[in-house]
Amino acid sequence: MAVDASTSARGDLVLKNLTKSFGDFNAVDDLSLVIPKGSFFALLGPSGCGKTTTLRMVAGLEEPTAGSIFVGETDITDMKPYRRPVNTVFQNYALFPHLSIFENIAFGLRRRGISDAEVKTAVDKVLNLVELPQLATRKPNQLSGGQQQRIAVARAIVNRPALLLLDEPLGALDLKLRRQMQIELKWIQTEIGITFVHVTHDQEEAMTMADTIAVMNKGKIEQMGTPEDLYDSPKTAFVANFLGQSNLILGEVSGNDGNNLIVDLFGTKVAVPKARSSAHGSSVLVGIRPEKFRISPEGKNVSGNVLTGGKVSDVSYIGVSTQYQVEMPWGKELMVFEQNDDNEEMLRKGQPVTLSWEPLFTFALDGSENAAAGSH
Amino acid sequence: MAAIKGISVKSFGLKDNRSALPYLLLAPGLIYLALFFVYPIIALGQMSTKTSSGEIGQYEQSFRFANYVDAFLGSKEQFSRSFIYATIATLLALAIAYPLAYAIAFKSGKWKNVLLVLIVAPFFTSFLLRTIAWKQILGEEGPVIKVLRGVHIISPQTSLTATSFAVVTGLAYNFLPFMTLPLYASLERIDPRTLEASGDLYANVFTTFRKVTLPLSMPGVVAGTLLTFIPAAGDYINAAILGSPSNKMLGNVIDARFFKIVDYPTAAALSFTLMAAILILVTVYIRKAGTEELV
Repeated sequence: MAVDASTSARGDLVLKNLTKSFGDFNAVDDLSLVIPKGSFFALLGPSGCGKTTTLRMVAGLEEPTAGSIFVGETDITDMKPYRRPVNTVFQNYALFPHLSIFENIAFGLRRRGISDAEVKTAVDKVLNLVELPQLATRKPNQLSGGQQQRIAVARAIVNRPALLLLDEPLGALDLKLRRQMQIELKWIQTEIGITFVHVTHDQEEAMTMADTIAVMNKGKIEQMGTPEDLYDSPKTAFVANFLGQSNLILGEVSGNDGNNLIVDLFGTKVAVPKARSSAHGSSVLVGIRPEKFRISPEGKNVSGNVLTGGKVSDVSYIGVSTQYQVEMPWGKELMVFEQNDDNEEMLRKGQPVTLSWEPLFTFALDGSENAAAGSH
Repeated sequence: MAAIKGISVKSFGLKDNRSALPYLLLAPGLIYLALFFVYPIIALGQMSTKTSSGEIGQYEQSFRFANYVDAFLGSKEQFSRSFIYATIATLLALAIAYPLAYAIAFKSGKWKNVLLVLIVAPFFTSFLLRTIAWKQILGEEGPVIKVLRGVHIISPQTSLTATSFAVVTGLAYNFLPFMTLPLYASLERIDPRTLEASGDLYANVFTTFRKVTLPLSMPGVVAGTLLTFIPAAGDYINAAILGSPSNKMLGNVIDARFFKIVDYPTAAALSFTLMAAILILVTVYIRKAGTEELV
C-alpha cells in the first residue's frame, strides 16, 4: 500500500509491513494499512487473529518484530508509549481504583503539566460529553459497568490524542447496554472527530460503528472496505462466513451473458454479476446470503435464479424471521431466512420446496477457497 | 481485641435462626485467647504493681505504680534502642522486600511458586539457628567480612559481629518474609493493565510507580511494616546473639529481669510499657497511612 504525501500530511495512521512474531508464530504477518484521519476504523476477526497485537503495537505496548508505524509524518515505531499521541480504552477499562473519577480522567492531563484550572475545565467538559458529571467524586468501584466504560473513554479522549484505540471496549457489557454504547461511541467519535481504531470480534459491533472494517485472519487482512462492501461482495470464504452467514455452493462457469457469468450448479444454470465475482478460474463458489433466498412450495411459479428439488429438513421460528434448513438433491443443506411479513403459511418439515433469488444478490468466490473458513 | 469486636458486629448482623452458629465457630478461638492471652495479661498486670516480700521470687500486691517509673528510668537507653533498631530494620526489610515482591508478582512467570516457597523456606529452620548462622556469616572467618576488607570498605581492625550493624541486619533478615509476603499479596492483586494505562496516559516508569503501583500496594506496605516492626521491637534473640552488651534491647532487659535477677514486677512493668508504646506507635502510624480499612 503506497503512502502518498497527502495521507501523511493529514495525520493518517500508517502501518508498513508490520510483523510481530512470538517464537516461530507470526501473530501479525507483514501487515500494511492506511487508516485515514478522522475515521472510525474497525479491526474485526476471531480471537488469535492478531488484531489486539496490532493495536498494542500502535499503543506501544508491544514491540514490532519488523515494519514501522507512522502517525502523519512522525515515525512512532520506537517511541515509548507515554510519548505517543495515542490513547487507549482498555478491555475491562483499567481505571485506577485508588483515584476518584475526576483524578482518573485528569491523570493524562496532569502528567503533561497542564494547570489545575485547565484540568478542571477539560475534565468537566468531557464528563458532560459522556453525561456523567455527577460522578466526579466517586471511585471506580462505585460505578456500573456501563458508567466505567464511559469514564474509560472520557479518560482517553480528554487528552485529545491523534488516535484513540479501543480494545474490545464493549466486551464486558450486556447486550442491551452494548447496543446503546455502540450508538454513543459513534456519536462521540462524530462529535470530537478523533480517529477511532476499534478492535472487536463482534461483527455486529464493527458494522454498527465503523466507516471502514478490516477483517483479519491469521495475522493478515483478508479484506477491507465499508460494512456494505464486505457484506455484499465478500472476496474470500472467510469474510463471507465471518461477516454474517453465507451459503457457498461449488459450481463451474459455463458461459457468459452480458454482465453476468453463467454458472452450472449441479445441473442448474444460475446468473452471477461479473462485478461481484472474485474467481480466477472456471471453478467458483457461488454465494447467497440466507435472507436473499425466497422459499416456495414446489410447483409455484418463481423468477430469477431458481434451484429446485429441495426438501425442508428443519424449521425454527425466531419471531422476526423463520429459519429453514433445506436439503438439496446433491446432499448439502442450505440455510434460508424468511421474513415473517406476509400471510404465507409456514412450511413444514419434509415439504418439497423451490428456492429462488435475484441474480443481483449473488456473489462468487474462487473455487479453491475453503467453503467452511470463518464459519461460526 | 478491637479487631475481634469489629468482625463480630458485622457478621452477627444476620437475623435468622442460625445466628448461634457464628458464636459456636468463634468459641474455640475465644476460649483459647481467654486462657492464654487475657488471663496472662491480667496476671502480668497484677504482678507489675507488686513489691518483694523479702524472699526471692515471692511478691505481695501493694499497688506500687511507681514500679513503672523505676522500670522505665532504669532502662531508658534500651527502650529507645529497641525502637531505633526496629525502625531501621523495618526500613531495611522494606527496601529489600519491595523489589523482591515486585519481581515475584510481575516478572517471575512460571517461577512464581518456587520463589514464594523460597521466601518461606527459612521458616523450616529455627529462628535461633538462623540467627546463629547469621553470626557465622558476619564472623571473622565469614565471607562478608573478607569481601568488605578485600575491597577496603572496612578496615582490617573493624569487626561486624557484636555491633549494632549485626543486630539490625539480623532483625531485617529474620523478619524479611513477614515483609515480603503481604507486599507480594497486594502487588499481585494489581491489574497489570492499570500500569499499561498509566504508561498510555503519558506517565513514565517512575511516575507510574509513584502514582499507581505504590498507592495500590500501600495495604501491603502497612501490613508488612507492622508485621516486621512489632516483633522486631520486642525481639531479644538478635541482640543477645549478634550484639555486644552495649547493643542490648528492651527484650534483653525483660529477659534478664525475669530469668536472671528474678525481679518479676519490673519485668512485668517493662512488658506493659513496651506493649503500650507499640500500640500507640502503631495507632498513630495507621492513622497517618490513612488505610485503617485496608489493614
